Formats: sequence, C-alpha cells, structure tokens
Amino acid sequence: MTNPNALLHRRDVVNELLRDRGDILVVAGLGAPNWDVSAAGDHANNFPLWGAMGAAAMMGLGLALAQPKRKVLVITGDGEMLMGIGSLATIAVEKPANLTIAVLDNERFGETGMQKTHTASGVDLAGMALAAGIRTSCTVRTMEQVSEIRDLVHQGKGTVFALMKINPEALVFTLPPADGVILTTRFRQSVLGDEALYN
Amino acid sequence: MADTAAKTKDQATAPLPSWPDDVYRILKEAGVKQVAMVPDAGHSRLIRAFDADPETRLVTLTTEEEGVAMLAGAWLGGQRGVLLLQSSGVGNCINMLSLPAICHMPLLMLVTMRGDWGEFNPWQIPMGQGTQASLEAMGVIVTRADTPDDVAPMVWGAANLAFNTWRPAAVLIGQRVLGAKNFKELARK
Repeated sequence: MTNPNALLHRRDVVNELLRDRGDILVVAGLGAPNWDVSAAGDHANNFPLWGAMGAAAMMGLGLALAQPKRKVLVITGDGEMLMGIGSLATIAVEKPANLTIAVLDNERFGETGMQKTHTASGVDLAGMALAAGIRTSCTVRTMEQVSEIRDLVHQGKGTVFALMKINPEALVFTLPPADGVILTTRFRQSVLGDEALYN
Repeated sequence: MADTAAKTKDQATAPLPSWPDDVYRILKEAGVKQVAMVPDAGHSRLIRAFDADPETRLVTLTTEEEGVAMLAGAWLGGQRGVLLLQSSGVGNCINMLSLPAICHMPLLMLVTMRGDWGEFNPWQIPMGQGTQASLEAMGVIVTRADTPDDVAPMVWGAANLAFNTWRPAAVLIGQRVLGAKNFKELARK
C-alpha cells in the first residue's frame, strides 16, 4: 500500500470484491480465478468454471439479462478474457447495468507454466474495454480502488470493467465441486427456488 | 409428396416462405426470451420478428461461441434462449459446447446450412459437410429439415428435447429449404 507500484495479491483482491457479498451472483473463469473465488468461500451463488475458456464474460451477460434485479460479478483471468475478447464488444452494445467484469491480470497463463500472455507485452485490456464502449473501465493497482469496484458491483448503475494488476504468484488450489450438474442445479435452486428442480 | 416437391422447386420465385413465422410462434410458445445470433440470410425474417418483439432480447454476437456461453448464463438465471447461426459458425462453437454437455443445460441451435444442396462456393464445403458430425461429436442431438414443411415440426421437436431433457439440440435447415445462391448470376448483375 505504501509502494504504489507493488502488485496486488490476487486473494486479497477477490476477498475484498466478495466482502459482505449479499445476494450477488458470481461467475468465475477457469483456473486460478476459480480457486480464488472458492478460497473466499464456496457458495451456491457462485458458478466456477472448470473449462469452456472464453465463456466467463458472456455467461455473465446472459445471467445479468435474465436476472436484471440481481448484481452479477464475473471474476476471470487475463488469458481467459483474451480468448473471449469479442465479448467486450457484445457486452458494450448490450450495456447491462448490473454486470461487473473483474479481470485478475497476472500477465501469465498460470495453469500451464506461467507463460506470458499478451498483456505482458503491453496489450491493455482496460483500454480495449473502454474503446469497445464500456465507459466505466479502469486499471486497478491499490486495495482502495478494489474497494471502490466492490461498491460499484453492489450499486449496479452501469457495466463496469476492472483490470486488477496482480502478482504472478502460484497459490494452493481451493477446489469447488467439479460436477457441472451439481454446480448448475445448486445455482439455479438458489436463484430460482425449488421450482428450478422441476420441468 | 408431389405438392411438396412442387413447392421446393418453385421456392425461388415464391415471394415469402411461411416457415420463419411458424418458427417464431413455436419459439415464443417455448418461452424463449434471449435470442443470440450471428446473422445469416436464411434467418433474416426470424431475426426481424424477434427484433420487433419487446419481450425478447436480441443479441448480436461477434462469434457464435459467445452465444453458447450467453445462453448458459441465461439458463442459470432462469431464462430460455435460442442461438441462430450459419453452419460455418458451428465450427466456432466446438469447445464451448462442453458447457451445455457437462452441465446438462438446454441449448437450442437453429443452423442454416451452407456447403450443402446446390452450393456454389467451394469454400463453404468443408465446414458445411462437417457440421453434423462436429455437433454430434460434442453430444448435440441433431435433426435436419430439408423441405419448408419440415422446419416448424423439427424446431418444435428440438425445442422440446432441449428444454424438457436439458440437453443441447440443433436443427440443421438445409440449403434446399433456403435456396442456393448462384454467384455467377450475382456476378453478372
């Protein structure tokens, strides 16, 4: 905090984003963002992805459109966001007020040996989101800014894109349930009630 | 049968096929609220109908796999959707189809075919001929409509399969229904 150039720690960022989470709905991208969200506490209102790289932001859009009264937070990585980069254009056009996309940017493909992603060479995801038309788009380097993003999630007053510059540290995995049917059913039951169990 | 054959032969001169209106009605009755699409000429009438419908959200994608993910999110939030795409876009969806497969989520895909009956453009052939096999390799239940009269019942059946058995299902709408483009004629004009 005293050194403005120090990189944030990913689990501090995620713990702050999910502080007093209330009834927000969370989609976590595959790999470390999934483990980070799970380390903050497994929850029925989390949908942690174990695959489908590139899906996270668009799942957030479909969910935000289906549940306009709920706040939706997508937490994903830079590699995952780059694979679904066109989603930023699609989401910018749709402008869901209740969707925040937080990208944990360690500039690495963390699960495959810490190879550099495009962001390590200067590709600016926050700039791309802004240019796509997501007007609240910023690069986050301090925990104070993380708290501001956390508050924006709960306000739900417009699409938010936040690029969190984080330390490329490899942490212990915290695994949520892996079965897609379990994750889907418990999420739908939590959001929609028991009627989600019936056709 | 003779009636159907005559209709198919004459469709190039027929002013407006009615199947897109029937498909619109079936999708409305199925409760579709989100329509994700990369446009295709064969879907243009259906797209116009949804665009004019205030109860339905029509979302244009940059690439088709976005729609697979979006409709998975819609399902998590309790809404049903449909993905409208051309056969070439099926190739873009392959890995993303893991999502409805492993999560047992419904996904209804209406695929207008190229690289099929009467195709003129050789570049459409590889993906057009690989469309059904690719979908089936990823666990999607595939049915085909090759006459205008088949489209509505096939869409009705696929919608029921998808939403009642919570699985991905696709209807391939053959080029014989849509009419093949003739680029030599277009180039002369």
